[in-house]
Amino acid sequence: MKRLLLIILLLVSSHANALVTDQLMMVRSSQSFPETMATLQEAIAQQGYKLSRVQRVDIGLTRSGYQTDKYRIVFFGKTDEVHQLTKQHPDLVPYLPLKIAIFAEGDETLLITANPLAFAKMYPQKDLQRMFQRWYKDVKHILEVVQNAE
Amino acid sequence: MARIISQILLLCFAMVSTAMGETGEQLYLDNCSICHGNEGQGGVGIPLALSSFLNQAPDEYIQRTIRYGRPGRVMPAFTHLDDKQIKLISQFVASWRKGPSPVWDETPIKGNPQKGEALYKQYCISCHHAKGQGGQGTGLKFSRPKELPISAPGIGNNGFLHSATDQMIKQVAMHGRKGTPMPSAIRDLGLKESQVDDIVSYLRSLQKPLKSTQQKLDEEPPVLVYDSDYSLKETVANLERAAVGMNFRLIRNQALDYGFVEAEKESTHEEIVFFCNFNFLYEALKLDPRIGMFLPCRITAVERNGKVQVMSINPKRLSHFFNNSELDQACEQMHDTYTSIMEDATL
Ligand code: HEC
Ligand code: HEC
Repeated sequence: MKRLLLIILLLVSSHANALVTDQLMMVRSSQSFPETMATLQEAIAQQGYKLSRVQRVDIGLTRSGYQTDKYRIVFFGKTDEVHQLTKQHPDLVPYLPLKIAIFAEGDETLLITANPLAFAKMYPQKDLQRMFQRWYKDVKHILEVVQNAE
Repeated sequence: MARIISQILLLCFAMVSTAMGETGEQLYLDNCSICHGNEGQGGVGIPLALSSFLNQAPDEYIQRTIRYGRPGRVMPAFTHLDDKQIKLISQFVASWRKGPSPVWDETPIKGNPQKGEALYKQYCISCHHAKGQGGQGTGLKFSRPKELPISAPGIGNNGFLHSATDQMIKQVAMHGRKGTPMPSAIRDLGLKESQVDDIVSYLRSLQKPLKSTQQKLDEEPPVLVYDSDYSLKETVANLERAAVGMNFRLIRNQALDYGFVEAEKESTHEEIVFFCNFNFLYEALKLDPRIGMFLPCRITAVERNGKVQVMSINPKRLSHFFNNSELDQACEQMHDTYTSIMEDATL
């Protein structure tokens, strides 16, 4: 019993929350860029999403002669959902798949994404609201796993 | 037994959430560290842990800054935090201060704002820009080269003016901020105290009444859409030509479900054209490193029952996400570019 309490305390006490505004969700990870990237990819998979691609923005920039630190965009989604949405809501296509921007700031790493609840305002169709709610919960969870990784 | 456990669990959660969730430190980590750093070292936001700043900034100033934010300068107005939470956060920030809190002194300064404007234009404008709108970008420089290692804040910004007293502005201007590019008007710029008063009065004259923080409903549509009379393949070729014509480099084309299914199973009814102008991207990231989440530039061609449309996100709608007026301008430009490319491709 005591053990249980202790575990709960430990679990809860190390928990930080993502900064959520009406439009954005952001977290800072005190891990370096490669470690954060690995944690992010793992968290995406654990939440039941598939990582479809990583766009290496920094590589494009440095190849063109611009100075920049690590900067990537991680695309992810659920295969069935992407197919279904593309069919039923083509006007949502420009926002698919979901993505998180991840970039280095010194030794730390920042992650930023749109708050899926902001989509709810842009796409008021009833059948989409449940999904936006779930995206919100899932993306927030993914970000917090990354934020709380030691 | 089960009831006891669940009660203990509940109690435990209640205890933990008041103990943890409501400490100033936790509130700071949840709301501020993303921009100001876990130790107040700065980032997208300016440093808060510097003693030269803390010795000039009364707790009341910090609290007002949290409440009002800086409209158009990235720093949000934290309307969802209540007074108690704001106080806890400011106490936490103040815990980095070594000496006592500076006093909150509302004694107005009666300088000459006309003279102050002229002096401002001579001595301050190079960093703080016209009407105190602030330097390019915000916060620390990091890997993205900027005018200064720390961007000069928006000192004509309404959020700042409603948070800082005349006396505080004067203190900062007189002494500068050690450890930052902010010079002392007396020591470094050779101004007299009365001239500093004039500048303070000029800055004060820029203040406007506080608007309601309620955001006005956004009327921009979320996406830009154009009908194309061409086939999907022709439309994609048109998009590529139009993008190149607007000085973009083509990055890649891919199916919408690329990476989700094997290549042979990819849908052929949608095609994404990715393109980039690295100079524009570079400049946009300097204004706000967060903008990358809407990059790279992309237009999608979609075919439904033989009818083809091209579509993109609407940068004008999304720029409002960032509370960054410099970015609003860049996004407006992006909006016009997307529109031209899609018009050109569907002509
Ligand atoms: C060389 C560039 C530079 C010049 C010139 C300069 N400043 Fe600054 N100023 C800065 C920077 C950078 C900061 C932010 C310092 C920090 O990180 O705390 C700053 C901060 C300030 C602040 C505090 C703002 C805040 O958000 O707390 C005030 C007030 C200010 N400056 C007034 C002036 C005045 C008045 C002048 C002209 C007499 C002036 N500055 C000239 C760079 C400059
Ligand atoms: C999205 C990024 C962001 C977040 C989140 C944020 N800030 Fe800021 N903050 C900024 C920026 C950027 C500035 C400088 C604005 C300027 O350039 O005019 C700033 C300025 C400030 C200042 C004025 C500093 C000075 O030198 O006078 C204080 C105080 C401050 N923030 C406190 C906070 C606190 C406390 C929180 C959390 C409740 C917070 N900020 C959350 C970006 C942020």
